[in-house]
Order: sequence, then structure tokens, then C-alpha cells
Amino acid sequence: MIGGSSLAAPPRRRLRERSFGLARKLLAVNWLFVLCVCLLAGVGYAALYSAGGGSMQPYANSQLFRFLGALVLMLGLAVTDIRFIARFSWPAYALGVLLLLVVMVAGHTGLGAKRWISLGGFDLQPSELMKLFLAMALGAHFRRASADQASNLLFLLPAALAILLPVGLILKEPNLGTAVITAAIGGTVMLGAGVRWWYFAILVAVLAVAAPVLYHHLHAYQQARIITFLNPGSDPLGAGYNIIQSKIALGSGGMFGQGYLHGTQNQLNFLPEKQTDFVFTIIAEEFGYAGSIAVLLLLFTIIALALYTAITCKHAYGRLVALGIAMNFFLYCFVNLSMVMGLIPVGGVPLPLISYGGSALTAVMLGFGVLMSIHVHRDVVFTTDDDF
Amino acid sequence: MKRAAKEKSAFTRRALLLGTAQLGIFGGIAARLYHLQVAQHGKYALLARQNSISERLVPPARGPIADRAGVLLAGNQQHWRALFMPAQAPDPRTVLENFYRLVPLPADERARIARELTSRPGYIPVLLKDYLAWSEMAALEVNMPNLPGVIVEVGLSRYYPLGPAAAHAVGYVARPTQAEAKANTVLALPGMRVGRSGVEQVQDLPLRGEPGFVQTETNVHGEVVREVADDPGLPGQSVQLSLHAGLQALAVRALADNAGAVVMLDARNGEILALASTPSFDPGLFDRGVPVDIWNGWLHDPRHPLQNKATAGLFAPGSTFKPTVALAALKAGVLTAETRLNCPGFLKLGDHVFWDDAHTAYGDIDVTTALQVSSDVFFYQVALKVGIDPIAAMAHQLGLGTNLNADLPNVATGLVPTHDWARSRGIHWVAGDTVVQGIGQGYTQLTPLSLATMIARVATGKAVSPRITRRIGTVLQPGANGVEWPDLDIDPAHLAVVRQGLFDVVNTPDGTGYAARLNLPGVQMAGKTGTAQVHNNTAAEKAAGYNDMQMAWAQRPNALFVAYAPFDKPRYAVAVVVEHGNYGAQSAAPIAHELMTYALTQDPAGQDRPLSNPMAPPPPVEAL
Repeated sequence: MIGGSSLAAPPRRRLRERSFGLARKLLAVNWLFVLCVCLLAGVGYAALYSAGGGSMQPYANSQLFRFLGALVLMLGLAVTDIRFIARFSWPAYALGVLLLLVVMVAGHTGLGAKRWISLGGFDLQPSELMKLFLAMALGAHFRRASADQASNLLFLLPAALAILLPVGLILKEPNLGTAVITAAIGGTVMLGAGVRWWYFAILVAVLAVAAPVLYHHLHAYQQARIITFLNPGSDPLGAGYNIIQSKIALGSGGMFGQGYLHGTQNQLNFLPEKQTDFVFTIIAEEFGYAGSIAVLLLLFTIIALALYTAITCKHAYGRLVALGIAMNFFLYCFVNLSMVMGLIPVGGVPLPLISYGGSALTAVMLGFGVLMSIHVHRDVVFTTDDDF
Repeated sequence: MKRAAKEKSAFTRRALLLGTAQLGIFGGIAARLYHLQVAQHGKYALLARQNSISERLVPPARGPIADRAGVLLAGNQQHWRALFMPAQAPDPRTVLENFYRLVPLPADERARIARELTSRPGYIPVLLKDYLAWSEMAALEVNMPNLPGVIVEVGLSRYYPLGPAAAHAVGYVARPTQAEAKANTVLALPGMRVGRSGVEQVQDLPLRGEPGFVQTETNVHGEVVREVADDPGLPGQSVQLSLHAGLQALAVRALADNAGAVVMLDARNGEILALASTPSFDPGLFDRGVPVDIWNGWLHDPRHPLQNKATAGLFAPGSTFKPTVALAALKAGVLTAETRLNCPGFLKLGDHVFWDDAHTAYGDIDVTTALQVSSDVFFYQVALKVGIDPIAAMAHQLGLGTNLNADLPNVATGLVPTHDWARSRGIHWVAGDTVVQGIGQGYTQLTPLSLATMIARVATGKAVSPRITRRIGTVLQPGANGVEWPDLDIDPAHLAVVRQGLFDVVNTPDGTGYAARLNLPGVQMAGKTGTAQVHNNTAAEKAAGYNDMQMAWAQRPNALFVAYAPFDKPRYAVAVVVEHGNYGAQSAAPIAHELMTYALTQDPAGQDRPLSNPMAPPPPVEAL
């Protein structure tokens, strides 16, 4: 038995390496990462317990069960060979696009947008999964491309189309926040693949010019969000209400908070849907700046560990997908926190692992499962057999 | 392998760059959080408090009014009402629409609510509807989730157990006017009332009390989560009157269907024991708002139910003025107890003949007899001798035509004419005016309250003044007990002469008030009748032998009677005016007889049961 210290194996021992034991694989999992994920879920449990008015119902317990299920899923993926997972990159992408189309036709309308479909009593938001599937598909596309190849426009074109198709569908839902995140993940994978910097510079410049035109094509509610973001006081009980109440919740926390279960903004329901998008305000109000910083540190540790996995991975597919997953998690945090603080317009982006809701949790944990599989299998070699 | 390694290091570079950028962004988020949570904590903490705590003023319970024996004259009654705190409603307009669907309100009430919503501070709730019916209550309770900010609570309204009987003395309350509510936000509170007449008006401030407040923590839906603080405020103080409910009710009963007024005083200290004015009105109607038809009925009633005739009704005193004239003449020295004047039944002045009202020739009589038989001619002559200014001075000293400083609103001063007054009015005073002044006719106009004061002063020789408020809270008001009123500047001998005359009026068969004498052993009443013309009979009417008593009601003479008793130790003084009641002896004196009999047997002035303050709340309204 070879110790868990190194799974590096010469290509000739391929057969053994492909089937190395479950126990060794489990030992190879980055348990520090799993610990951080569980800690974050614990923070989420505490926040949801508070959001329920000091009760395990209705949020905390059901979210705990979801997390435990997703944790098993994640560990299951972690011990699955990344090369096996990689085979499903494009099929998964195709499935994601299909689900987005299903949402358009038969989705539930929630908060004015068609984002959800029901699968056997289980609400699914395909756009959450699409971000992971897109990273995997682009990883598969770019995994064997050199930097020069990657910057070849003809080679980039299918990748660009692969990004724009789901982004367009998500925009149509409409869900501006997730669409922007999805596009950013695609761009990140392309950046990791070695696409030249100035391509991105040109893209940013084009977007800057096109922004007013795009703004014109936004839905009225999206425009309203941007307007109220720029001036929340213009409509304190309407669209600007969330931003104002959210900032009051943060600000009333002070350095050490009002005490667990004693945040007035939270306990008195001044924040609508506080258990989902605005869950961070509960922590910030009841535990103050100290609690906020602790959560920020935990979030960044997870991002750093994901980047560590990407950097230490020996195969390009793993590097690119891990980078995409790290970026996805970062963007969740960035958009959600900025929104809560009134830095960017409000959009339906939850704080991963803390916010109440199954869809984002499942998607994030699926991504973490793939990430851990990459970590466990960071030294494997893709052969032509693994071509896909 | 080399290419792969190169690519890997390029990737690592880019990944580290991304990671650094992400760390930078997290740093920015942390900095922003520091700004919000720590640097601006004070500002947001304040906003959070204002967010959740709302303060509402609650009206104090108005103090009760009771009579001297502790009988409730004005109390509070409970009823249900709906208030609205717009600050507790996320969308006030929708809430109001929901409310109107359940409790339809007329357009003018909706306009009032809309006006008050915009003009009043947030801690003053707006009254949606007072006196909720049971069905409305039930509908509101069931729909409370759709009515955030709507409060259904017990309100207090004023009720008057004696009803119309004590309406003028006790007064009534009504909603404050818009101007009053604007000047004093406390009055803008739903349920606040302002005293509009009687004691309710004079003692409005002590009765009103201080408002309390309720601080409630509300959630975003306006649902009250808990009460943070509760200050009941100060309930209004109780006010105890010198009035005696039994005597008051008797006075009203004795006046019966007559229009008129009765004032009974404690002759020793001026305390008002009864103050009746008929016809009267229901004071309880003002709290809810008087229906228009009833209001118009009161306004157009020729017998003026809204006027307090006891304090504001001005009447010619007629012969009840004769004791004043007698005292003025005695003081001036133009008359002594022994002076006898010839009374042939008429007085000729120039070519004008002043008849004695009874057209009776009494021969040579002294002042005592003149009072006893109420000789007009005697007093014609006395008035001419003494002149109107000394008469007015004596009248003022006896409380007639002068400010009595009574603690009641709308007390008319009345008028006893002087030469100065005549000059200021451009009236050319002639001797004939002085003649009729001798019998209390002409320009002289007095209130029943001042007539009662006059007879009390004649009886006691002290300058007592009428007062109705005996206690505020538990504090006895000055003058209520044991106060030594100053002696009048009148020779006791003169008073004795007049008192003898008044004794003879009631207690001798020839006296005009003999029928009203008391049937009590060892107790006598002294008094004076009065019959005051309100109609100047024309020559044609006189030629036709027109009889005053058969004229239309509004032109018949007013009947008056003033009295005090017991004669030897005056305790009670009373003045009765029956409008158009013809002879004083006929309609006014029997009322005085009835009241005096009651007073002397029941001793109302001796009753005094201090209230405990605050009083126990009134029983809840049945039949809700």
C-alpha cells in the first residue's frame, strides 16, 4: 500500500492507478477544505436558526438535511475518477442548456422571473448548475490547447458560442446577476487557458460602449434596481427598501453585534427574504463586525484552497475547471456581499452554503465534489483513451 | 513535458493574479463593512430603533364630576372604537381601503381621516370610527391581518346620569375644534374632549389630565410584537360640586313644564346647592355629536333650552327688588322703620299715573307692611326720594348688577341703572324711570343667580358669593367651608327691618307669599314675591281692561320669588323665576316652598362625602 502522501504514479502503472482504493482516495481528499465547508454550513445553520426567530423551524433543520445530503454527494464525486467525470463535460453542458430551455417553457414564476423547475417536488434552478457545466465544457475544450492555440480566434469561436448560449438563456429568464456570473466564469476559464490579456481588454471596452444599449434592453424591474441602487432614498418603502433595511441591519451591528437572536432588524422582519439573499445581515447584525470578518475569512479560505487545488493540479482540465469553480464561489460571495452592502444593484444571488435554499447549495456542493475529485486525482494523466 | 511545464507556470501566474485580485476585493468588502458597521454604527443603530419602536399617545380618562354627597354627575362610559397608526402600516392607503370595505364611512368622514393623516404627527393615532357596532367589531377582528396599523380599543365617552336635569350646571363636552387640535396636539388625540359649558368648561384643565403613551415594537408588517413601555399618564382629577343631586332633581321636577330657573344657595357661604334651568337638553348627545334635527330644534325653541337661565337669563326683578330699594332708602336716611307713607293705589307724577299693580289703596303704611303687601306706590315714592344711584349702590352691594366672580361660565352681570350708565347710553333719564325702578321694572335686568345671592346677603348680612366647585381632587376649594365672608356695609338695624318685612310676606295672612309658608314646626321662611311685566301695555289695551294674565304666553308677566330659611338662623337661600308664570305667589313661591321644605328636612348642605381620587372606573357598557 502506498501512503496517502503521494498519489503520483508513473504512466506504466496506469491500471492500478486507475483503480486505487477508496480508502486511499478518501485520505487524499483535502479535509481542511471539507472542514471549512462544514464550518460555513454551521454558520449558515446558526443564521437560519436566528432567522426562524430562534427556532430550528422552518429553515435551519431542512437546510441542514440538504447540506448533509449534498456533503455525501460531494464526497461521492471526490472519489470518482476525474477522467470519468470529464467524459460528461459536454453531455452535462447539453443537459444544462436543455434544462434552461425547459425553464423557459415550463418554469415556475417566482418574483417575476422564470427561474425554477420542479423535479419530483425538488426545486431546481438550472442556471446554478449551468455555471459548473460551462466550466467543465470549456475545460474540456481548452485542456489540450497551447496558449497560441487558445488565442486563435477560430478556436475561440466555439468557446465563445458555448458561453453566449447559456448566458443568453439566463438573461431571458431574466436573471441578470447569474448571467453576468456565468459569463465571468467562462471568461475566467478562458483566461486560465492562456487567452491573451488584450482580448479581454477589447471585450471590456466593447461592453463599456455597449452598456447604455444593454441597459435599454433590460427589464423595467432591472432598470429600477439600478436606479434605486444609485439612489436608494428615492423610494424608501419601495424598491430602495431592501437596500436601506439591509444597511441598517449591518450598521446596527457595530463591532460585536446586538447579540445572537437579538438583532432587531432580523427578529422584527424588517428584511424581506432575509433567510435567502440577505442572510449575511443576520450574522452582521447579531455578531457585529467581528462576526462579519470571521465569515469573510472563512469564505476566502475556501477560495484560496480551491485555487491551491487548481495550481497544484498537473492536468489542464483539472486546472481550468478548478479555476472556474473557485471563480464561481468567489463571484457568489462578491455579488451577494456587495448587494447586501448596497455596492451593486440587488439581484437574486445567494450567499453560498449560508443562504436558505436547495438549488444553489446543491450546485455549489456538486462543484466542490468535482473540485475535490480534481484534488484527489490531480496527478492522473489523460490518455487518448480519455479523449472526449 | 516542457511545454506543459511552461503552460503550468503561466497558469499558476494567472491563477495567483486572480487570487490576489479576489483577496483585494475581499479586503475592499471588509473595509466597506468596517465603514458601515463600526464607523457609522451610531447612525444606523438610531435608524434601527426608529424602525421598530413606535410611540403612541393615549388619552387620559377625563375626571368624574360628582355632587357633594358623592353622587356621580358626569362619568365615563366605555365603548369600542377603531384607531389607525399609519406609521405601523406598510401601505396605509390599502389598509384604509380594506377598512372602508368592512366599515363603510360617509364621504365627509373619509375626508376628515385623509386630512388628519397628513396633518398630524405620527404618534397621534387617527380616529377611524367611534362607537363601533358589534358586527363591525367582529368584522375587524377577523380581518386584522389585512389591517396593519388599525387598533381596536376601548374608548371612553362622557355620560351624565342626571341627564338634562343638571345639564346647565355640569355642562357638557364636545370634540375639540380643528383649531384647538392644531394648537394643542394632546387635544388631537382621539377621544379627547373639551368642556363646552358649565363645570365641564370651567374646570376643563383639571378634568382633562395628562396623556400617557404606549411604546410598541412593531415588525415590518405593522404587527405589534410587544409593548416596550407603557405610561398611563395622569387621569383627570375628580371634581366635586357643592350641588346636591336630590335638591337639583327636585328643582327641575318642581319647575315641571315651565320655562324658568331655580338657584338655591347655602346662605352661609354661597355654595350653590341647586342650579336648574328649564327646559333643558341632553348633555350626553354632544360627545357623539348632536344630530342636526335635534340641534335645530334646540336653536329654534322659543324657550331657549340651551341657555342657562339661572346664570345668563336676564329678568326684570319686579317686586323682589323692593328689599334693595328699602335698604337703600334706610341707608340714605330718607326712610326709617317708622316712616309711614300714604298709598292710595296710584301715584300721579305730572300728568302720568302710576298704578299700584293690585290697584289697592293701603292707606298710610310703613316699610314692613309695604314689603308684606308689596305696595307699589310706597316704593314709587321711596325711589323718588332716594334716587337711582344710591339704589344701584345698594343693589351692587347685595350682588345685583355686579360681577359675582362665580366659578361658572357665561354668568351675566345684569344691570341696575345709574345716571352714569344712562348718560353713557344717551338715555334721557326722567323721573318716571326712577319711579318704576322702585319696583324693579324698567331698565333693571338681573339673573336668578344674583337674586339668590341678594337674598342670601340680606339674610346673613355677609357678602357671600355663589360658587359651585367644592373640591378638585381631594382639595377643598377656598371658601367652601368655614370661610368668614366680610360683613355688608349695612346697618344691622336696617337689615332687621327688611327681614321683618320679608317674614311678614310669608308668615302673615296679608302677606303676598302666605300660601308658601312652611309647614314645619318652629321653622319659618322669609321671602318676597315678584311679578314682572314683560309687556308694556298700550293705552288701548288698558282702556279695554286688558288682563296681563290672559295674554299670549310670551307676553305674560314673569313670576319670581326669593326666600331664605330658617328665618332666625338663615341656612338656605333660594331664587325662583318662572317665565311668564304670572304672579310670583302663584307659580314661583310654591316651588320655593317645596325646595325649602326638602332642604330643611334633608339637610343637603350638611352632606359632604369626599371622593377618593381617582374614582373607580364606571361599569362597562352592556349591549355591545
